[in-house]
Amino acid sequence: MPKMKMMMILPVLMLLLLLVPTPSFSLFEDQVGFMDWHQRYIGKVKDAVFHTQKAARKRVVVSTHENVIASLDLRRGDIFWRHVLGPNDVVDNIDIALGKYVITLSSEGSILRAWNLPDGQMVWESLLPGTKSSKSLLVVPANLKVDLDSPIFVYSGSCLHAISSIDGELLWKTDFATHGIDVHQLILPSASAVVHAVGVTDLSHFHTYEVGVMSGEILKHTTASFPGGVYGEILPVSNDRFVALDASRSVLVIISIQNGKTHLQQTHVSDLIHGSSRDTVILPSKLSGIFTVSTDTCIAFIKVTDEGKLHVMEKVDNKVVVSDALSLSEGEQAFALVQHGDSKIHLSVRLVHDMSSNHLKETVEMDHNRGFVHKIFINSYVRTDRSNGFRALIVMEDHSLLLLQQGEIVWSREDGLASIIDVTTAELPVEKIGVSVAKVEHSLFEWLKGHVLKLKGTLMLATPDELVEIQKIRLRSSEKSKMTRDHNGFRRLLVVLTKAGKLFALHTGDGRVVWSSLLQSLRSSEQCSQPTGLKLHQWQIPHHHALDNNPSVLVVGRCGSSLSSATAMSIVDAHTGKEVQNMVPTHSTVQVIYLPFTDSTEQQLHLLIDADNRAHLYPKTPEAAEIFQRESANVYWYSVETEAGILRGYGVKTKCNLDEYCFEARNLWSVVFPSESEKIIATVTRKANEVVHTQAKVIADEDVMYKYVSKNMLFVATVSPKASGPIGSATPDEAVLAVHLVDTVTGRILHRMTHLGSQGPVHAVLSENWVVYHYFNLRAHRYEMSVIEIYDQSRAENKDVLKLIVGKHNLTTPVSSYSRPEVMTKSQSYFFTHSVKAISVTSTAKGITSKHLLIGTVGDQVLALDKRFVDPRRSLNPTQAEKEEGLLPLTDALPIIPQSYVTHAFKVEGLRGIETVPAKLESTTLVFAYGVDLFYTRLAPSRTYDSLTEDFNYALLLLTIVALVVAIFVTWVLSERKDLQDKWR
Amino acid sequence: MEKGKGSRKWAVDFTDNSSTPLSRDIPDPPGFTRASQDQDDSTLSRQKKDAEANWKSQKAWEVAQAPFKNLLMMGFMMWMAGSTVHLFSIGITFSALWQPLSALQGVGKIFAPYKDSKVDLLAPKLLFIALNLGGMLLGVWKLNTLGLLPTHASDWVSSLAPAHEVEFSGGGIAL
Repeated sequence: MPKMKMMMILPVLMLLLLLVPTPSFSLFEDQVGFMDWHQRYIGKVKDAVFHTQKAARKRVVVSTHENVIASLDLRRGDIFWRHVLGPNDVVDNIDIALGKYVITLSSEGSILRAWNLPDGQMVWESLLPGTKSSKSLLVVPANLKVDLDSPIFVYSGSCLHAISSIDGELLWKTDFATHGIDVHQLILPSASAVVHAVGVTDLSHFHTYEVGVMSGEILKHTTASFPGGVYGEILPVSNDRFVALDASRSVLVIISIQNGKTHLQQTHVSDLIHGSSRDTVILPSKLSGIFTVSTDTCIAFIKVTDEGKLHVMEKVDNKVVVSDALSLSEGEQAFALVQHGDSKIHLSVRLVHDMSSNHLKETVEMDHNRGFVHKIFINSYVRTDRSNGFRALIVMEDHSLLLLQQGEIVWSREDGLASIIDVTTAELPVEKIGVSVAKVEHSLFEWLKGHVLKLKGTLMLATPDELVEIQKIRLRSSEKSKMTRDHNGFRRLLVVLTKAGKLFALHTGDGRVVWSSLLQSLRSSEQCSQPTGLKLHQWQIPHHHALDNNPSVLVVGRCGSSLSSATAMSIVDAHTGKEVQNMVPTHSTVQVIYLPFTDSTEQQLHLLIDADNRAHLYPKTPEAAEIFQRESANVYWYSVETEAGILRGYGVKTKCNLDEYCFEARNLWSVVFPSESEKIIATVTRKANEVVHTQAKVIADEDVMYKYVSKNMLFVATVSPKASGPIGSATPDEAVLAVHLVDTVTGRILHRMTHLGSQGPVHAVLSENWVVYHYFNLRAHRYEMSVIEIYDQSRAENKDVLKLIVGKHNLTTPVSSYSRPEVMTKSQSYFFTHSVKAISVTSTAKGITSKHLLIGTVGDQVLALDKRFVDPRRSLNPTQAEKEEGLLPLTDALPIIPQSYVTHAFKVEGLRGIETVPAKLESTTLVFAYGVDLFYTRLAPSRTYDSLTEDFNYALLLLTIVALVVAIFVTWVLSERKDLQDKWR
Repeated sequence: MEKGKGSRKWAVDFTDNSSTPLSRDIPDPPGFTRASQDQDDSTLSRQKKDAEANWKSQKAWEVAQAPFKNLLMMGFMMWMAGSTVHLFSIGITFSALWQPLSALQGVGKIFAPYKDSKVDLLAPKLLFIALNLGGMLLGVWKLNTLGLLPTHASDWVSSLAPAHEVEFSGGGIAL
C-alpha cells in the first residue's frame, strides 16, 4: 500500500506542475481587455461641420480644444476616425470641401490639410508661411460639384492664399502686410469672380478689397476712416454690408459698400436696446441681413433693412445660446436657440424670415451635472412628410457632447474626460454579508458553466462558438466590475478632476463612470469667476476609527488665472459624488501640501500656502490645530521660483493676527541659481504615498549599501538660458544641463552633476533613493537617460554581524536632515531611442516587488522598462557574484522590447500623465495613463508570484483530484481482490 | 503474516527461544531440568560469552565507524551538487544535516544490540557521535557555501525598514 500511495502522489505532483501556467511577461491575444480598458475621447468641441447630404453614413466632423479632429457617427456618436494634432498645432478652422475632403487650418493658419472624409487619410498638406502673424481665416466655396476645382482661400500671416482643393497646391498669394492692414473678414459671394477682404489699419480706417479669384490681383480698393476705432471683429451682415463696434463698445457701425464707395453709419447701442448696455459684443452668427448683439442683460437680433435702417427684431435673455445660421432650401435660413431651465433645456428653432414664432420647440430633460449649454450646432434633415426636421449637437459646460433629435438625447459623449487635470483613487465600500441565496445559486451555476466551458477549451474540445463564448465570459466577468472592495485591491474608484471642473469616478474593473459631479465651487459664480481646478487630494481615508464614513476627496481650485486670486475648495464624498462641503476662502493658493498627520476622524491635514507665504491649515478644527501645533516645529515647506531661479525653504513662525488656522512663515534658506548660467526647467519629488521596504541594498558578495531614503529630497534640473529653447536652438558648447539633489528641509545640495552639451526637455522620476531623468545630448544627437542613486555613508559602518544581532546599531534611530549625513552617489547614462512625454514608476503596497519605469513614449504608448537596466552599478564585464545578483552587463543604449509595451496595441493619444496605485496584492500595481484617451491596466513587475493567475483552471484541478480519488479507490478494490485470490491458491 | 490469521484455523509454535524458565507460563515437562544443562556447559558457555563479547565490541566499533563512509559519500555528493541554490543541492544539504541528527537521536538504539556488561561501548559511541557531528558540520559548511546561513550583515538588515524621518517638508512650483 505505501508504495502504491507513492505512485499516486507522483502523478498528482506532475499534474499540478502542468496546471501552473508558464509565466510570461507579455500578453496573449485573448488576454487583451481582460484586465485593461481603453477609452477614446476627443475633448471639448470647438467647431462642427455636418455631412449628411448623401445617402452614405451620416457624420459630423468636429475640431476640439484638445486639437483633435474627428469624424463622428451621427447615429451613435462613435468615432469613425480621429487625428490628434498635438499641443502646438491648434486647429483654427475646419470645413468640408468638394463633399469629400475635410479641410483643416491649424498652427495660426500656417498649415492647411485635407483629409479624406470616409476614412480620415490625409490627402494633402500645404505649409503657408506668412510674413506677419495675424488672424487666420478659411473660406471654402460651398460647391457641391465634385469635379469643379474651385480654390480654397486662406488668410493667414497677413497674406491671402488661394489653394487648389484637389492637390493643395498654392495657386497665388497676395501679401497684405505691405498695405499694413489687418483683414477681419473674407467673403466669397457665390458665383462671383472676386473675393472681398475687409480689414482695418490702425483700428481707425476701414478697407475693403476685391481680389480676383483666378489671379489674386487687387481689383478694387475702397477705404473710409472711422476715428472711433474698432473693438473686436468686423462681421458681415450681407454681401455688401458689415457691422462693427467702436472702441468704446457703445456705438454700432454699419459699413456698406455701394458703387465702390464705403459708407459708414453709426447707431448707439443704447438707442436700440434700452436700459443698460455694458459688455456689448457682436456675436458671429452668419445670418443674412441680421446680426446679433449681446450685452450684459440680453441678446438682441437686429435686422438691417435695405435702406440701412436698424430694427430690433427680438430680445432674449443673455443666457441663451444661439447657433450659427443653417441654410435650408429656397433661400430660407434657420437658427437654434437654447434656453436653460432647471434640469431641462428648451431648444427652439426659428426661421429668419419668420422670427416671431418658433418653427420648432422641444424640451429635453438634462442632468444638472452637465451644467449649462456652451455651444450648439444645428443640422436639418427632410422628414417623410417633406418638412424640415432638425437635429442639434450641443456642447455642455462639462465638455460633454450630445445629439438632440425630436426632443430626445440620441447619444452623449463624456468628452470632459479628455482633459484630466489630476487623479486620485478611493476604496470601494466593504462587501456586506447577507447576499440573497438565489443570487448565489445563480452565480454558482454560472461559475460552473463557465468553468466547464473553460475546461472544454483547455482540452481542445470546444467548438468555435464556444470559444467565442469563453472569451466573452472572461471579458465581462461580473467579479471585476462589482461595486465592493475585493481581497486583492484590484477594484478601486479612480477619481479624476477635469478641466471643466467636473469630478468623475471611474471603476477600475471596466472603466465605466460610477458617478460624476459638476462641482459647484468650480463653476462661475459672482464670488468666483472663471475658476480652474488645480489639485485633487485624498481628504479622508477611513481605516480604523471612522469605518462608517465614506472616503472623501479634496478639490482645490482657483478663481481666475493669477496666482493671487482666491481659492475655491470642495470636499466630495468619493462613494456618492456629493459635495459634502463647499468653501470659498478669501486667501489665494499657490501650493497644496499634504501633511502626514490625520485627526481622529481620519481626515488628512493639509496646508494651503498662499501668495503671501502664509500657511492655512485645513481642516479648520481645534483638534487639527492642536496636532499641527505639536508637530509644527518639524514642518517645513519650500517654493520653486522658476522665473527667478530661486528655491526657498520656509518654516512656521507664528500664528497670523486674527485667524486661528493661519501661520506666518519664516524664510530658512534660499538656493539661488545664477540667472546667467542656470534656468530651472524641471523639478521632481518622491510620491508622498510611496512605501520603501528596506533601507539596505544587498550587493554582490553579501555586501550591504545603505540607501539614503528621504522624502525631503528634490530633484532640480537647470539648463543654460541659451539652451532653454527647443532642441537645435543652441550649439553643444552653449548647452549645459545641471542636475541637483536638494534637501528641502535644510536647503543642502546633496549632489550636483553637469552634463555638458545636453539640454532639455527633462523628464524625471524620483523614487526610493534614485532618480532617473531623460534629456537630449546635443553632441551625440541622441536622447539619453541617466540614473543617480544616492547612498548614506554615515550608516555604512553598520556591517558587524554580532552587533547587528544584538541590536547595537544606529539603523533604526530617527534621522534628521540637520545631522547632515554623508552621502555617496553613483550614476550612469545610457542612450534611449525615444523622446518621452512622461515618466513614472510602478509602486506596490509594501515596496518589496522590483520596480519598472513606465515611460510615455512619443508614440503615445506606455513602455515598461525594468529598473535593472538603469542600475549605475552595471559594468562591461560583471563578475560571477554580480551576475548572480542580477546585474546586467553594461550596454550603451537601453533596449526597447516590443513585448514590454504596457498599452500593447492601443495608443493613449495626447498622453500627459501616468499614475500608478498599489494594489493590496504585493506583486501588483494599477496603472492609469491619461491624455485625450484613457488607459488602465494591472502590472506585475515581478510577475504574480503571490497568486494564481486569473485564468487558472479550477475545474481542471477539481477534475484531476476527483479522478485521482476514484483511481485510488479502484486500485484499492483491485488489490484487495488480488490478495484474496493469492490466499486461496 | 497478519493477513494469514484469518484463513488458518489453528497452529502450534514448536520453537522455544526463551532461556529463563520464569518467562514462560507453561511449566517444563517432568524430567527436564534446564539448570543442569546450563551448569554442564559453564566453561563452554563462558568461552562462548567471551567470544560473543569480543564480537560485540568489534561490531560496535564497526557501527561506530560506519558514518565515516557516509561522510565521504556525502562529501562527494556535495561536491557534485555545486554551490548554487537549487532543488538538488538543497536536498543533499538537508539530508546531510538530517542524517547525523537522526543518528545522534538514536545512538542508544543503534548500540543496544551490543550492550554487554563486558563491552565498553563508550569509546565507539564517542567515535560515532564525533563522526556524525563531523557530518553535520559538513552539512552546515555546505549550507554556508550555499549562502543560507545568516553570517553576513546583509542577512540582518535586508528587511530593515527605513528609519523614521523627523522633519517633513512639502511644496514645489507654484500651481
